[in-house]
Amino acid sequence: MKALLIRDIRLAVRAGGGFGLGLAFFLIVIVMVPFAVGADTGLLSKIAPGVLWIGALLACLLSLDRLLALDFEDGTLDLLATAPLPLEAALSVKALAHWITTGLPLVIAAPVLGVLMNLPTQGYVWLVLSLLLGTPALSVIGTFGAALTVGIKRGGLLLSLLVLPLYLPTLIFGAEAAQRGAAGADASTPMLLLAGISAATIALMPFASAAVLKVNLR
Amino acid sequence: MSLWEYANPVKFLRLSERVLPMLWVLAISSTVVGLLWGFFFTPDDIRQGSTVKIIYIHVPAALMAINAWFMMLVASLIWLIRRHHVSALAAKAAAPVGVVMTLIALITGAIWGQPMWGTWWVWDPRLTSFLILFLFYLGYIALWEAIEDSDTAADLTAVLCMVGSVFAVLSRYAVNFWNQGLHQGTSIPVATGERSVADVFFVPLLISMVGLGLLFFALTLYRTGTEIRMRRTKALLAREGRN
Repeated sequence: MKALLIRDIRLAVRAGGGFGLGLAFFLIVIVMVPFAVGADTGLLSKIAPGVLWIGALLACLLSLDRLLALDFEDGTLDLLATAPLPLEAALSVKALAHWITTGLPLVIAAPVLGVLMNLPTQGYVWLVLSLLLGTPALSVIGTFGAALTVGIKRGGLLLSLLVLPLYLPTLIFGAEAAQRGAAGADASTPMLLLAGISAATIALMPFASAAVLKVNLR
Repeated sequence: MSLWEYANPVKFLRLSERVLPMLWVLAISSTVVGLLWGFFFTPDDIRQGSTVKIIYIHVPAALMAINAWFMMLVASLIWLIRRHHVSALAAKAAAPVGVVMTLIALITGAIWGQPMWGTWWVWDPRLTSFLILFLFYLGYIALWEAIEDSDTAADLTAVLCMVGSVFAVLSRYAVNFWNQGLHQGTSIPVATGERSVADVFFVPLLISMVGLGLLFFALTLYRTGTEIRMRRTKALLAREGRN
């Protein structure tokens, strides 16, 4: 498992620049927002938590199609499926690698971009915390989406259509927690619910992902 | 004699051919009776005027939109557990009907909301969760369309339907948490047996509910038959080596 994790991270960092791409996308989305809604700092700081969440979510989404597609093409997935390691575990590791190479950098970059969005001072802790809790759920749900569409040529658009509705509960609670934190209100309720969603998806989604991947490898 | 006999496509088709004409007549007549009665032979509401009459299409459509998804879930489970092809095809056949029901509910709701709430759309929990349901339907249908091998498609969409159901329910309650509602609660709480709708409105509503339910049933049966025949045609063409 460790070898698989290290291999996946290495591939993500070295090959094709998928590693920095998500971050760059996150940056560019946040930069575009003031041009679209105007540079009024009051308005920006009001919508900052939501926009940062949407940006992180889209950056996560964009990196999903490389999560399994390359391994599917060169046959690595077939080897993984026949390996003694259960496919569920292999997919969990792949989701973890995806989180480390995509989710974690986003979490670290978010406060910097928060400055651009004029995020209120008390909001930073909640933003980082909510992203830290929420992005693992995005990675495992995304792995399910990637497993579902791995056999489809040019499945990128379909992947978005399938995965985005599944992202909704995570987004609702995550953005709500960040929003409340930024407004200085108590954010522990949405935070707990977000943690619940993350825990449940991490525990259960790999089984669904492995089930659909087995169908696709048949 | 068990229900599973009708998992055999031949028997299923024979049965549905016998049932369908009757079902069409019942479905269309009760829909027409319910809607006509509702539109023309009920008094106007004291506050809502004649806009109240949209209830006769809005509520049954919303009811069937949810039940159609539920039926797809059950059919998907049967497919995954017992591998009956008819079941997978029935789920496939029900999806477009469910989409149309969802759209009808959304559009009629908007038409009613404009004069009553003063807005076509609000981000109310019920409205929002219906929009989300619509998105789930779209994803489900798109996945069916995208995959060529029919057994693979059936497996994948079945799992998507199950996972989607969990997330749809989750979204339903998450949305509740996120925003407070403008939409009224149910007028006919089945659990308590009470209702806040007078009999003059309730009877035609019940008839149109039954009508749209039967209509859904008839359409789904008909479309399932079509899917079975399409698959047969494909198999025949493949056998002749033309595919």
